[in-house]
Formats: sequence, C-alpha cells, structure tokens
Amino acid sequence: MKSLREEFLRTNKLPHIWCPGCGNGIVTAALVRAIGKVGFEQKDVAVVSGIGCSSRAAGYLNFNTLHTTHGRALAFATGLKLAQPGLKVFVVMGDGDATAIGGNHFIHAARRNIDLNAIIINNHIYGMTGGQHSPLTPEGKKATTAPEGTLEREFNILELAVSAGATYGARGTAAQPRLLEKLIVGASQNEGFSVVEAMSTCPVSYGRRNRLGSAVDMLKDIKQRSVSVEKLETKAETTRPRRDIAEEGAEEEGETHDKQEEVIPVGVIFSRPAPEFVERYYRGLNKEKEGKEGKEEKEGQVES
Amino acid sequence: MKYRKPQLLQGNEACVEGALDAGVRFFAGYPITPSTEIAEGMARKLPRVGGVFIQMEDEIAGMAAVIGAAVGGKKSLTATSGPGFSLKQENIGYAAIAEIPCVIVNVQRFGPSTGIPTAPAQGEVMQARWGTHGDRPIIALSPSSVYETYYLTTAAVNFSQKFRTPVILLLDEVVGHMREKVSLPASGRLMVEKQNYSDIKEYKPFDERKLPPLVPFGEGVYYHITGLVHDEHGFPTRHPEVVVRFMERLHRKINHHRKEIIMTDYTGHVEPKVCIITYGCTVRSARAALQKAYLQKRWPVSLLNLQTLWPFPAEEVKRLADRCDYLLVPEMNMGQIVGEVEKYAHGKAEVLGINRYDGDMITPGQIFQHIEGCFS
Amino acid sequence: MVYRQEIMLTGAGGQGLILASIILADAAVQDDKNVVQTQSYGPEARGGESMAGVILDIDPIYYPRITSPTVLLSMNQQSFNKYIKRAGENCLVIVDSTFVEDVGNQPAYSYPITARTRLELEKEIVANIVALSIVNTMADLVSRQALQESVLKYTPEGSSDLNLQALELGRQLTHSYD
Repeated sequence: MKSLREEFLRTNKLPHIWCPGCGNGIVTAALVRAIGKVGFEQKDVAVVSGIGCSSRAAGYLNFNTLHTTHGRALAFATGLKLAQPGLKVFVVMGDGDATAIGGNHFIHAARRNIDLNAIIINNHIYGMTGGQHSPLTPEGKKATTAPEGTLEREFNILELAVSAGATYGARGTAAQPRLLEKLIVGASQNEGFSVVEAMSTCPVSYGRRNRLGSAVDMLKDIKQRSVSVEKLETKAETTRPRRDIAEEGAEEEGETHDKQEEVIPVGVIFSRPAPEFVERYYRGLNKEKEGKEGKEEKEGQVES
Repeated sequence: MKYRKPQLLQGNEACVEGALDAGVRFFAGYPITPSTEIAEGMARKLPRVGGVFIQMEDEIAGMAAVIGAAVGGKKSLTATSGPGFSLKQENIGYAAIAEIPCVIVNVQRFGPSTGIPTAPAQGEVMQARWGTHGDRPIIALSPSSVYETYYLTTAAVNFSQKFRTPVILLLDEVVGHMREKVSLPASGRLMVEKQNYSDIKEYKPFDERKLPPLVPFGEGVYYHITGLVHDEHGFPTRHPEVVVRFMERLHRKINHHRKEIIMTDYTGHVEPKVCIITYGCTVRSARAALQKAYLQKRWPVSLLNLQTLWPFPAEEVKRLADRCDYLLVPEMNMGQIVGEVEKYAHGKAEVLGINRYDGDMITPGQIFQHIEGCFS
Repeated sequence: MVYRQEIMLTGAGGQGLILASIILADAAVQDDKNVVQTQSYGPEARGGESMAGVILDIDPIYYPRITSPTVLLSMNQQSFNKYIKRAGENCLVIVDSTFVEDVGNQPAYSYPITARTRLELEKEIVANIVALSIVNTMADLVSRQALQESVLKYTPEGSSDLNLQALELGRQLTHSYD
C-alpha cells in the first residue's frame, strides 16, 4: 500500500467529521495519492468543494482549498481556473451537490470542456441532512423523503457527462481504492473536463434504511457487482444505464429484476480528447492583443 | 487632473470604463435587461487588456465564477438586474462571510418578479442591504449620472479590495441606459487600490487585528476559504468566543470606516427649511425641482444626494433633521430609504415620502409641488 | 433665455431612429453642448414602435425625460398619432410622407423621406440619416461638420459615401418642401 503524502494533509484538522464506515475517507485518500503520483506541485493544486459530507474533504487537504456553496463548486472553480490557468483544480462533490442543485453547472462545465477534475462521491443519498433521496438514489430505494422507495429514476452521470461534452469519464468505487487512484490520475492527465464517479457507502443514512447491512457488507456488495469495462462485451454496455444491462441479463435468464444484482461497470468509461476551453481562451487573447497593437482607439486621446 | 476628450457615453458603458480603469480583469454574468450592455462592453473590452469575460449558464454561476476568480487574484465584477440579483444573493452572502472582494452591479428595474420589463424603479434598496440570509454588513453605492456611474464604479472596486467585501452598485434603468456627455479622467490618473502581499510567511487570511489582502491561490500559501464561520486561518469553528469575535470584526471593518465609505453630495441653501434626500436617477428630478425652488423662488431648500446608501449616511441625516423643518424623500418605490431617514431624523423634522410606482420617473413637478406645500 | 431643445425621433422599430439619436447626441458633444440621449426600451423596442429622445442644452440637464418636444420627427403614422399629442404649439413637426399620410390639422413639414432615399440612393437603410439631416437643417441643432463626423463614426466603414450622400439628400429635400 502506498503511503499517504502527509504534507498534503492538514493532520491537525483530523479526526474528520465522517461517520464510521463512510467511504469519503477512502476516496479522499485516493485523491491525495493520485495527486502525489501525478507529481503536481502542492502550490499549484486547488481543491474546490460544494456543500455536503464529501465537500468537507477540502478542509483536510493542505492545498489551496475553497469550500463553496451548495451545488456551485464547479461554477466557482470555473472562475478560479480562468483567473489562474496554472492551477490544477479538483472539484469534490457529492451526488446531490453535483447532479441536483448543481446539475446545470455540471452539464455546462462539461459542454465547455474546461480543465477541471470533478470527483463525484456517489453514496446515493443526502447524508449530511440525514438521508433524503438524490438524483442518484436508485429507483425503488428508500430515503426519508421516499419512505416507500423513490419513484424517480436515477441519472447515469457518466452518460450525462459524455453527452454534455466531457472528455474523460471514469467510474471507481470505495471498495477498490487502487483502481480509483488510477482513475483520478487519468482524470488529472486529461486536458479538459474529467469526471470520476466514486461509488461510495453511507451505511448510516442509506445502508441502514435499505437493509444493506454493515459498511463492510456494503463495500463487499459494491466490489462483487463491479465489472471492469474491458470485460463487458460491447461499448454500448459501458455507457448505457446500468439498469438496462442488468435487466437484459435478467430477461434472458427469465429472472425477476433484483437491483442488488446490477452490474457496476468500473474503469475508464470514455476518453475522447478535445480542445480545452481555458487554453483556447488565452490563445485567442494573445491573438487579439497582437491584432490590436498599434491600433489604439480614438477614445484614448488626452486633453488637459 | 488630466481628462480625456468629452465623449458621449451610456451609464452602463461608463460602468464598464470605470471597472476597467479600476483594474477589473474578470467578468462573469448572464444576460438580463437593462444591464446587458455591461456584459457586452466587458466581452468586447476585457480581452484587449488581457482580462477574462465569460457568459455563465445562469445568474448564480455568474456570481460564483466572480468569487472564484477573485480567489484567483483577479479584480472581479458581475452585473445583473432584479431577478438575477435575487438569484445571486446566496453567493453574495458567501463573499461577505468568506471576505472575498467583488462588485455586483444591479441595474434596477420594476419588480417584483418580471414586473414591467424593463421600466425603471428603485425597489432593491433594502434587498441590497438585507438580501442575503444572515447578518452581515454591506456597502452599496448609487449613482445619479453617467459620470457618477464611472466614478462610483471605481469606488466600488476600491472599497471591495480595501475592505475585502462584496460591494453593490445600485444603478437604475434610467441612469444605466441614458447617454450623456462626460469627460473621464485620463488613464493612470485614478486612485486604484493596490494589493501588497508582504508577510506571506505569517499570513493569516482572516487576521483578527488587521485586514490583509487576499493572497491569490497558487502563491504557495495554504489556507482554507469557507462559508462556515471560521478562525484566522479560515478553518471552521463554532467556538462561541471565536464566533462573536468573527461577527464583530465583519461588521467593524465597515462601520469603523464609515467616514471613508459614506459619500454624499449636498447642494442648495446652507440653512435650509426643506431638504430633499434622495439617490439614483431621482436626484436628477430633485435637482430640477431645486433649481426652481432655490434659484428662482429663493426658498431655503437643499438637496442631499446619497451616493452611498449603505452604510446609511446617518450622521448627515441627523444634522439635517436638526436644522430643517421638512425632509422630503422621493424614491421610485413605495417607501424604502424613507424609513432610514425617519429613524435618524428621530422626530426632529417632519419626514415626507414622495413615491412613484407606475414604471416611470418621479417628475421635477411632483417634487416641486411638495416643496411648495412646505412653504404654504 | 432658455435654450433647451427636446428632440423626439419616432417611428417603427428597425428604421434606425435610435442610431440617429445617438449620432445627433454625439455631434452635440463635439459642439460642446450638454446632451442627454434616451430611448424607449421594453417589448415595444423589439419591433413595433420606437422612440428616441435627445435633449440639448447649454446648462446642465437634470431631468432626462422629454416633457414637451421642440422637434418631433415621425417616420410612420402610428408614432405620429401617439406622439403628436405631446407636441406643444411651437414644436417643429417633421414627418415622412412615405408612411405618414394623415397629419390632421397639425402644421407639419412633410417630406417623402423613405421614398426619395429609395429612389436616389437605392438603399432604404439610410433613410434615418436622411431624416436626421432634415431635422438638423430645419432646427439648426448641431454644426454640419460635427454631424458629418458623428455619422462616419457610428456607421460601418464601407458605407461612408452612402451616408454622406444621405446627409446631402436630406439638405436638398429641405429646399423642396412639398
């Protein structure tokens, strides 16, 4: 096991606020190791987060850290990245944060292909407020605001990201921290908008209500259902909603649909480089400057 | 001071010029009438000075990006109108508690909601003060002419930097859209707040004794910025003593500099019987009424133009209340700043509101009629 | 002596009256007059009718609204009907007879502005400059040189000749009042 880079952690701010069995710590550790591995300079790294359990990660990391408002982390990060293009920006969000209140910013950051690394910790629930359903709560799962199970269908956020224009999308899990680390490294190396969905656990607000057992049971379950994208037969299977894949399988075998049996495709789901927004902006700026030189406007004339 | 050749300029354009001259190098916003010319001007001019313009996906994102860019060390500004100003409020509160310098221009239009698009009004005086949740101080300025728009925009940028706070520039549709002849100061002649990052080693971004400038991200100082109540290094705290010190400091940094922040412009009789107290485009109607009452009729009348609305010019109003019989407060709403005037007049002068709320300006005649009433 | 001139340029959206008002105001700045230019915004500015106002004065201009126009230009019937009510006794009223057929009992100077522009310059688009030239010649608001400079400043570079011809056409039309 790789050691955590201690200078990257604000050890005096620990212990963290997360509950026992929470996957946030595992994901945060993977992020720290990934940053160490890519070799970014500490002063060049910014971590921007929204509001929610996962977003508290920023406070424990010894970089330039910006803990913003609920759902808006990507919009803050867009301004920061444009102002300081040299920064390597990681945006840590929860599932509700990124895809409900922040859904608009998510698709537009993807559309611009701005060089931000969105790490979405998906525990399928609003944890900090005590277990309300999010756009990533699987259909039928219970939440305090869906006591009989939610009727709403969940997003496939990587599907969403790819159609909105993101250029790198990967799914990892808290049950496979080494893989997650690798995927975050991949995101950091992509010049453009990268999304890493980190499937995680909230035994307190999600697991207990849905009888998923202990944190260990939940992690084991995630691990069992995880299938490397390379092993899935067609490309379509990796980007289509997971449920369809599971349902097709179920129909063939004549079985009833059991959500616990859903496959979680993990690994790099898509990688399709495209010109990056901030780089293009500044390139245009230099061109404009060159063109404008020696052609100052009339309004600059001075009179005493 | 050297001035540029006189030019015809729109209020919104003057806002762009003022912002650029004061060093604004980042704009993020979302289109909304009657503020759009500010975004359009920025889109044209910022790239020429190496700055960044971005049209965001919504008003909230515009505010967020402006704060993000300020954290990255750019002087930042956004512009909007009523509906957008409402949407920006949460992040304005964030900028207040996290002490991020930024300027929010609200070109006021008739509301609530879509109201009368886009007739003028002055309905957001109280929203500027109390629009975000929680208790925080704010600076809000309101210009009455194209030149004042230029000048107060530069002041807004300077105040935001010096006091590390969001500053609101309350324009209105009349001033934002009208064109006037102005002579702007020649570039480089303006007082511009400079940032100096000395003591980087001992840097406490939220120092309790002084207010250091924000060291931009990427300079090698690792601190934390959060909307949670925080300690001197930016880390969350709920320790009551620290919270109290924090809240008091947040208010003190504005209140202790009232003399510097409060700008008013007094015209007319030195010992007035009647004083008109107003702001924004209504100042123009008041000036026309004052001209008739004071210069033609020779009545002891005066005018106090509130260029700074928040913190409220309480001392100025108190002094006038001591000397005047009547304080007239015309405004294009059903009575907002009149309540503040009443509070500080403390019964020493009779305070009369003059209001209009049908989507157009208060006329000089309407104000003159009230002045006449005070003398009959 | 009150110098204040209040000029109202009215017509249909798309006739270029707002641009004309900005050009007039800019010319006034060059002549070192005080000036305020306003225009009607809102849904009526997106097509439909259009109104732009210019106030000229030697003294500072406080109240920016036009109270009683000293000059009213109407480029279509609808705007004439709407704004003529605001014109005082001594108001100089100028209409484009191409579109304004009925001026009632109102003493008005009527020129076939758009029709003649179409005929002589083959580009209807500069009818606003022709109209502006008529207004300025009749009311003597700003110097000819300042107006010409402002026209060139606010119109596309390639169209300079056309716009100068439009100014000239406007001046000619004032000699041939019909």
